[in-house]
Amino acid sequence: MSAGVATTDPRPEAPPSRRRRRDRVWRAIGRWPLRLSVLAIVILWMIPTVGVLISSFRQRAIIESEGWWTAFLSPFDLSQWTLANYEVALTRQGFGNAFLNSLAVTVPSTVIPITVAAFAAYAFTWMRFRGRNLLFVGVVALIVIPLHMALIPVLRLYTRGAELWGITLFPQMELVGTFPAIWLAHTGFGLPLAIYLLRNYIGSLPSSVIESGKVDGASDFQVFTRLVIPLSVPALAAFATLQFLWVWNDLLVALVFLGGTSDVRVLTVALAGLQGQYGQMRHVLPAAAFITMMLPMVVFFSLQRYFIRGLTAGAVKG
Amino acid sequence: MSSTPPVPGPVIEQDDTERPSSRTRARGGPSTRLGRFLAALAVPIATAVAMGWTFEWLRTTDAARSVVVAVALALGVVGMFVLFWGMDLVVNQLGERGKLLVRPWVFIGPALLLLGVFLVYPTVYTVLISFQDARSVEWVGMDNFRFLVTDPGMLRGIRNTLVWVLLVPSAAVAVGLAVAVLADRLHRGESLAKSMIFLPMAVSFVGASVVWSLIYDFRPFGNQTGLLNGLWVAMGNDPVAWLSWAPWNNLLLMVIMIWMQTGFAMVILSAAIKAVPEEILEAARIDGANEFQVFFRVVVPTVMTSIVVVTTAITINVLKIFDIVYVTTGGRAETEVIPERMVQWFFTRGHFGRGAAIAVIMFLAVIPVMLVNVRRFRAEEQIR
Repeated sequence: MSAGVATTDPRPEAPPSRRRRRDRVWRAIGRWPLRLSVLAIVILWMIPTVGVLISSFRQRAIIESEGWWTAFLSPFDLSQWTLANYEVALTRQGFGNAFLNSLAVTVPSTVIPITVAAFAAYAFTWMRFRGRNLLFVGVVALIVIPLHMALIPVLRLYTRGAELWGITLFPQMELVGTFPAIWLAHTGFGLPLAIYLLRNYIGSLPSSVIESGKVDGASDFQVFTRLVIPLSVPALAAFATLQFLWVWNDLLVALVFLGGTSDVRVLTVALAGLQGQYGQMRHVLPAAAFITMMLPMVVFFSLQRYFIRGLTAGAVKG
Repeated sequence: MSSTPPVPGPVIEQDDTERPSSRTRARGGPSTRLGRFLAALAVPIATAVAMGWTFEWLRTTDAARSVVVAVALALGVVGMFVLFWGMDLVVNQLGERGKLLVRPWVFIGPALLLLGVFLVYPTVYTVLISFQDARSVEWVGMDNFRFLVTDPGMLRGIRNTLVWVLLVPSAAVAVGLAVAVLADRLHRGESLAKSMIFLPMAVSFVGASVVWSLIYDFRPFGNQTGLLNGLWVAMGNDPVAWLSWAPWNNLLLMVIMIWMQTGFAMVILSAAIKAVPEEILEAARIDGANEFQVFFRVVVPTVMTSIVVVTTAITINVLKIFDIVYVTTGGRAETEVIPERMVQWFFTRGHFGRGAAIAVIMFLAVIPVMLVNVRRFRAEEQIR
C-alpha cells in the first residue's frame, strides 16, 4: 500500500509521520468488517442456489437420506456424484420436451411484442395523428393492470370466440392449449411496458437524424427499419431481456392458456407438477429445478447490462 | 448510447434515384393505379392467410416437436414483420393526403388492437363478470364481494397479503440499500458480489420455491434434508414442519420473495447512490458528519425518489404473488394470498364470479399507482 502512495506522490522521500502510518493501518483493518459483512450477505444469498446445485448431482439414496450440506464434509468422495438425476428429468420426466416448449413459447412471445411495440413507439414519437397524446396516456395507464384481470375474459375469448350483434369479432378457434394462444396473451400483457420504454428511447434520438432521412426522400418505413431500429438496439435488447426472463419464468399464464398436458407444458408447469407429487420422484426435483434455471442464468449473465437497464427504465409493470 | 453512428448516406442516394421513376409510374392511368393498389393489398392478405394456415397446422400437426418449434419460431419472428411491411406497401399506393392520414394507424393499429383485446376489453368484462354467478349466467349483485369479506380463507388471504405488502418491500429495500452502500465501498469484487445477490432475479418463482424446499424440508425422524431443520435438530430440538407452522409459515414464504427481490432493489439503488455527487458527501464530512450521518442525512434523502420507485415496484410484484404460495403450500396451512385465491376460485374451482371479484379487488389496489404513473408522465411531457 505504501508503495502505491510513494509512486503517486511527486515529492521525493517525505517520510510518513507515525500518526499517518497508524491511520493507514487502522484503515486497512477497518475495511475488514465491511468485506466480511458483504461476504456474509453474499454467502447467505447463495446458500439456496448452491444447495440445489449440489443436490442435483448426488445419488438418489444420498439425497433421500442426508442433507445436501454433508457434501462439504467429503467433497472428493466421488461415489456420491452422478448425472442420473438430469437424465431422468430430461427423458422420463419430460423436461427435455418442456425445454423445447418453453423456447417455442418464449421466443415469439418476446419478438412479437417488440415488433408491434417498436412500430407503435415510432408512430407515437414521429408521426402526427389525432388523439396521439390521449392514446399514449392510455398506454401508460395500462402498464400496471394486473394480468389477473384479463385471465377470465381472454380464456372465454379463446374457447367461445366473441360476437356482437351477430357479427363475429373473434372467431371460435379452441385456442387453449396452443402456442399462438399464449403468444398473443403474452404479447398483449407485455405491450404497454414495451411501447412505453421504446417510445422513451426513440423519443430521445436526435430528431435531425429522422428529419434528414425524410428530407432525402426515405419513407417512414425506411426511416424506421434503416435508422430507428439500428439506433434503438440498446432499448430493444433491454426490453427483450426483461420480457424473455418474464415469459420463461411465468407459471400463471402458461398454466391457464397452455395447461399441463405433456405435449405442450412448459418448464415452470412441469416443475410445479413435479413439486406437487410426493414420494417417488422427489430426488429429481433439484436437477429439474436447475434445468429450468439454466437458460435464464445464461441470459442473465450475458445480458446483465441490458437487463438492468430495462429494469431501471420500467420498474413498475402490472 | 449506440456505438455505431448511423450512416444515412447510402439510404439517401438510393432513394433519390428511385423516386422520380416511382412518381412517373404512379401517374399512370387510373386502371393501372387500381391494379397496383390491389397487387399491394394482396401482400398483407396473403401474409395473413399464410399465418392463419400455419396457426391451424401448428394446432393439429403430429410432426416432431422440434419441427413444430422451428415453424412456430419462424411464424412468430418473421410473420409479424412481413405483415407490417405488406400493410405499408398498401399505404404507399394512396395519395399524399391519404398516406399522412392512414400510415400512423397502420403503425399503431396492431398495438391498439392487441391492447384492446387483451387488456381493455378484459378489464371491463371482468368487472361485469364479478357481478354474475359461478358460470356467468345470472346477475347476482354484490354477492361475490359479500363472499370476499365473509369467507374465512379469503379473509386470511387479505390479512396475509397486507403483511406481505408491508414486510417484503421494506425488507428487500432495506437489505438492497445496505448491500448497495457496502458494496460501493469495496475496492474489488463489487460487481461479483452484486451479481450473486442479483442472480435470484433470473430464477422463476417456481424454481425459487423448489430451491427453498431444500431449506424448509421436514422429515419426522432420521436425518434431516432441509437446512433449517438440520440446524434446528443439531441444536437439540425436534424437527419442525416449517411450512405447516401457521401463521409463521407466511414469514418463511415471504423470505423467498425477499431473497428474489433484494437484488432488484440493490441494482436500482446502487445506480442512484453512485449518482450522488461526491462534493455533497465531502462537504458533509468536512462539516464534521460521521459516516452514519452522511448516510442517513445526505445519501438517503438524495436517493429518496429511487427508494419510492423501487418500493412501489416491489409492492406491485407482491400484490400479484401467486406462484410461491401455489407451489409450496397450495394455500393450505393459512398461507392464502389474494392472487392465489383468485386462481384457486376461477381456475381450480371454476367459479368465475368470485375469481373476477377477487381480480377486481387487485385492480382497485393498483389504481393509485396507475394515477401516479399517469401524473408523472404528464409532468415529464410538460418538460419535454
